[in-house]
Amino acid sequence: MPEIKVTPLGAGQDVGRSCILVSIAGKNVMLDCGMHMGYNDDRRFPDFSYITQNGRLTDFLDCVIISHFHLDHCGALPYFSEMVGYDGPIYMTHPTKAICPILLEDYRKITVDKKGETNFFTSQMIKDCMKKVVAVHLHQTVQVDEELEIKAYYAGHVLGAAMFQIKVGCESVVYTGDYNMTPDRHLGAAWIDKCRPDLLITESTYATTIRDSKRCRERDFLKKVHETVERGGKVLIPVFALGRAQELCILLETFWERMNLKAPIYFSTGLTEKANHYYKLFITWTNQKIRKTFVQRNMFEFKHIKAFDRAFADNPGPMVVFATPGMLHAGQSLQIFRKWAGNEKNMVIMPGYCVQGTVGHKILSGQRKLEMEGRQILEVKMQVEYMSFSAHADAKGIMQLIRQAEPRNVLLVHGEAKKMEFLKQKIEQEFHVNCYMPANGETTTIFTNPSIPVDISLGLLKRETATGLLPDSKKPKLMHGTLMMKDNSFRLVSPEQALKELGLTEHQLRFTCRVHIQDPRKEHETVLRVYNHLKGVLKDYSVQHLPDGSITVESILIQATAHSEDQGTKVLLVSWTYQDEELGSFLTSLLKKGLPQSTA
Amino acid sequence: MLDCGLDMTSTLNFLPLPLVQSPRLSKLPGWVLKDGSTFLDKELKECSGHVFVDSVPEFCLPETELLDLSTVDVILISNYHCMMALPYITEYTGFAGTVYATEPTVQIGRLLMEELVNSIERVPKAQSASMWKNKEVQRLLPAPLKDAVEVSMWRKCYTMPEVNAALSKIQLVGYSQKIELFGAVQVTPLSSGYALGSSNWIIQSHYEKVSYVSGSSLLTTHPQPMDQASLKNSDVLILTGLTQIPTANPDGMVGEFCSNLAMTVRNGGNVLVPCYPSGVIYDLLECLYQYIDSAGLSNVPFYFISPVANSSLEFSQIFAEWLCHNKQTKVYLPEPPFPHAELIQTNKLKHYPSIHGDFSNDFKQPCVVFTGHPSLRFGDVVHFMELWGKSSLNTVIFTEPDFSYLDALAPYQPLAMKCVYCPIDTRLNFIQVSKLLKEVQPLHVVCPEQYTQPPPTQAHRTDLMIDCQPPPMSYRRAEVLTLPYKRRYEKIEIMPELADSLVPLEIKPGISLATVSAVLHTKDNKHVLQLPPKPPQPPASKKRKRVSDDVPECKPLKPLLSGSIPVDQFVQTLEKHGFSDVKVEDTAKGHIVLLQEAETLIQIEEDSTHIICDNDEPLRVKLRDLVLKFLQKF
Repeated sequence: MPEIKVTPLGAGQDVGRSCILVSIAGKNVMLDCGMHMGYNDDRRFPDFSYITQNGRLTDFLDCVIISHFHLDHCGALPYFSEMVGYDGPIYMTHPTKAICPILLEDYRKITVDKKGETNFFTSQMIKDCMKKVVAVHLHQTVQVDEELEIKAYYAGHVLGAAMFQIKVGCESVVYTGDYNMTPDRHLGAAWIDKCRPDLLITESTYATTIRDSKRCRERDFLKKVHETVERGGKVLIPVFALGRAQELCILLETFWERMNLKAPIYFSTGLTEKANHYYKLFITWTNQKIRKTFVQRNMFEFKHIKAFDRAFADNPGPMVVFATPGMLHAGQSLQIFRKWAGNEKNMVIMPGYCVQGTVGHKILSGQRKLEMEGRQILEVKMQVEYMSFSAHADAKGIMQLIRQAEPRNVLLVHGEAKKMEFLKQKIEQEFHVNCYMPANGETTTIFTNPSIPVDISLGLLKRETATGLLPDSKKPKLMHGTLMMKDNSFRLVSPEQALKELGLTEHQLRFTCRVHIQDPRKEHETVLRVYNHLKGVLKDYSVQHLPDGSITVESILIQATAHSEDQGTKVLLVSWTYQDEELGSFLTSLLKKGLPQSTA
Repeated sequence: MLDCGLDMTSTLNFLPLPLVQSPRLSKLPGWVLKDGSTFLDKELKECSGHVFVDSVPEFCLPETELLDLSTVDVILISNYHCMMALPYITEYTGFAGTVYATEPTVQIGRLLMEELVNSIERVPKAQSASMWKNKEVQRLLPAPLKDAVEVSMWRKCYTMPEVNAALSKIQLVGYSQKIELFGAVQVTPLSSGYALGSSNWIIQSHYEKVSYVSGSSLLTTHPQPMDQASLKNSDVLILTGLTQIPTANPDGMVGEFCSNLAMTVRNGGNVLVPCYPSGVIYDLLECLYQYIDSAGLSNVPFYFISPVANSSLEFSQIFAEWLCHNKQTKVYLPEPPFPHAELIQTNKLKHYPSIHGDFSNDFKQPCVVFTGHPSLRFGDVVHFMELWGKSSLNTVIFTEPDFSYLDALAPYQPLAMKCVYCPIDTRLNFIQVSKLLKEVQPLHVVCPEQYTQPPPTQAHRTDLMIDCQPPPMSYRRAEVLTLPYKRRYEKIEIMPELADSLVPLEIKPGISLATVSAVLHTKDNKHVLQLPPKPPQPPASKKRKRVSDDVPECKPLKPLLSGSIPVDQFVQTLEKHGFSDVKVEDTAKGHIVLLQEAETLIQIEEDSTHIICDNDEPLRVKLRDLVLKFLQKF
């Protein structure tokens, strides 16, 4: 039986280093190629040796698909393609293709230049890797080869994020990547049509969360920032350069303007302006409101938000700083955090999910004494706030997407096992579909039962639809045809055509049965009685009395002769071909029972 | 319906709409008939021997009488120039279907419509001429008015609410997106290389493929290159929207454009470029960007005047995905794909919504002005024609090929200004067409009649027509064309349960057959075959059944049979099954097998078998099954 196999190499009951292998109808596709922020050793990348021990990856994989530019979805790509070695196609959307190499370079710099690691991918490798990327449009059907096609849907999560449908014949898988079912200040909501995939692989970061309205969270956020600034404190907002950062910038920018606030807002790293530029040029990927008004006012040109300089961190007085990276695991955000952590007037707001092992995760779980490099202990006195602004679907959103796509099976990735367990039950209860949640390295097999497409001759189809114009569910119309299988082509034709194409002639098998009836009347009167009788019984059939004295029921012929010896007995000759076997057999047994007494 | 364009050449018959009172135009004499009657002198004015209608310009609509547009399910748009009649169709004809177009097509189409509406609405004209349209009157008019077709169908411009309503009916699509229509056909837009978002369309079922190639370009300008590969294997290729100027080479024209522009400006004159607010103007600005410094034009201001100038320049920068590779790469940096961003930044290019307001303060001469409309009948261009027409220092350069420049200039005669005709039409020429057809190899080509013969003015240029084998099928306005192919197959799906129940039999080497008796379900033009339902169990009650209860419900036809019956083996089989009194007689065509005791006779011939027996059902069934053993079922 045809099957689809799924093996997560990363993001199986975990968040980080998303990498999922899918085998469908003989094709192998790798979904995402991410790194894990919680690890600095071998575990940071997926274990590609699982794919093949000694063969080339290119021979084994038909294509690689990257859902969006976050490093936990694309961070291992140059390692995978240039160091392990893969030369096949890599698909991603245009904005992802544009932004991905910048984040990779950033990641490389932090790892190699700052942390001094060796044996890491180089700038040149990032460039070479990107040369293998094929950019796709939304909703474009990309023919990877003759059989395998992929199609991207809008996912909302970050600029250029996409869900992908992978299709071979009539079997299909949808991979959501990360997605967001509610539009935010700069992006729209994820959307997919009722594509009824055999399997939906969905993220489940917020499997158990049902978030309150976005407006409330925004108000909360602004209130906290405002209060801190009012009392002269400094606000640190660790973000990733692209994504949440832009949303929160728009939020603060409009708030500052409305309240006429003067405290400076800074955005760290040189990426700022560049990042905003991407948003301006790929404005077609943002939400409808921004797209509609961009000619008059480009939402990504900020008046109040200035570039940050390292020296500013020591400036007295209130300020708000957006700094990268978002999980406080390295870089500028961590540096500023160390400077400001000791003052209770200050505040750090974590606007997104933090992976286990990062400083962000530690302070969010309540740790107030952190061991930093060199055994130094950092005491955290500043206020720590968590506001879920990360654009993942919550439980409600995940259910909504399942309802939209109507998959036959669901598989959860990119979440924590415990939470997945809960969501899995909920999905199975509500949609009555199987739900899976394999761990990394564990293979899930899903049996599909595809129908078989064949070619039907239009003649046969028209014949059938013409006779069955009135759909009657109680009496299903049977259609009869011959399926011709030659090489790999399947054609359904009428039996006559099949015979003709094969150069064969029909062999006609005919039956003629003698039925004896006791009836002293004249022959033609007998015939008339038989005719009336049949007409009465066979209401749905065409019963005809022909001028030559015979009767037809459909194509069955009935003739009457007198018995040669006994004038009181008439012989009915019932004649039919094998094709009318049922009716012919029925008629003889009906006539054998004799005629009803009063049919005059 | 394929495309929905508006014929704007009708406006050439009208007087220009001046933005400010033009003494010259208002003093034009009324037209007087040969017999001296003057009843038309309010409607028609004469200028340098040409007669013009003094009224709000009107447009010639697509044919709407021939068919009931409420029966049209879908309109496919190939580029923004080919959708200008959309509001007339969606708002006034009962059309209730869906329009498909790409995002840039819709956005830029909206700009073109906005500019059109704006330039006509801002100059309200009290008078609306209609007397001249009377058939009896029109006959008396001089050419070309006399020969104008369907003047009674000409319509005034639509309004912005109508434009918005029309555009709201458009469904956005992307290149290579497969769109299912009613389960019956699939349509797919492909890049046509001509303009931002311009598309060719593939209309296909599982077995037939029709390509609609309209307004395509093989030149490398700013749009994504034309997708030729996907046009292969077409049964029919409908070809239209070829270049209007097959003899002009666009590259050469751009060169001429630049040098004429430079020469005029150096001599202290102004340059006027009547143009659409999107399209070729992007390429011209890019050329000038590279050219102005070397030509010493850095201090000459370039003005782009249109109510949608700003929008057009902004929109051009955000369609990265629809641009050629080079421009896409720039966006990845991230830099604006078009250099006019830099021209604006450095103040070399300035744009204004109209000549009123800021422009009048900034206006410095000599300068270069890009503005519409290329017909010279409305828009800010009218003002510049009036302003600069009297001086031979100035030059007007025509780049848009849609209007004859002589006709466009007619109401401005006599004119001292220099006129240069540099039509830039990047669409396919006939050489490129034959290359394309060779590459794509459609079974049949369908095209407008004009493309199957040389242009009327150049009858000897047999190279200026489509040349392919088999020769193209041509069509004319309001002609119905039957396409030369017969549909023979459709797709049907066999449900897995049914497939499992089929028993294939190898009839010949490599060919297997299986007879299929199944229930056909058809929904949304998709056909599915399912296992027939199990016959209902006979009711357990012992109630006496009526005769009619036994009537076979549906008529399950038995398969056809084929093969022949070897008599000897058949007799042996009969004997094996207990018939002891078998007798065989030869006949002319075969044999008769007699079962004497049972009074049964079996005629066996090459292609038929006839069993004649008494009404003994068990016997008949037994004989039937024995015969069937020798035959194959279909």
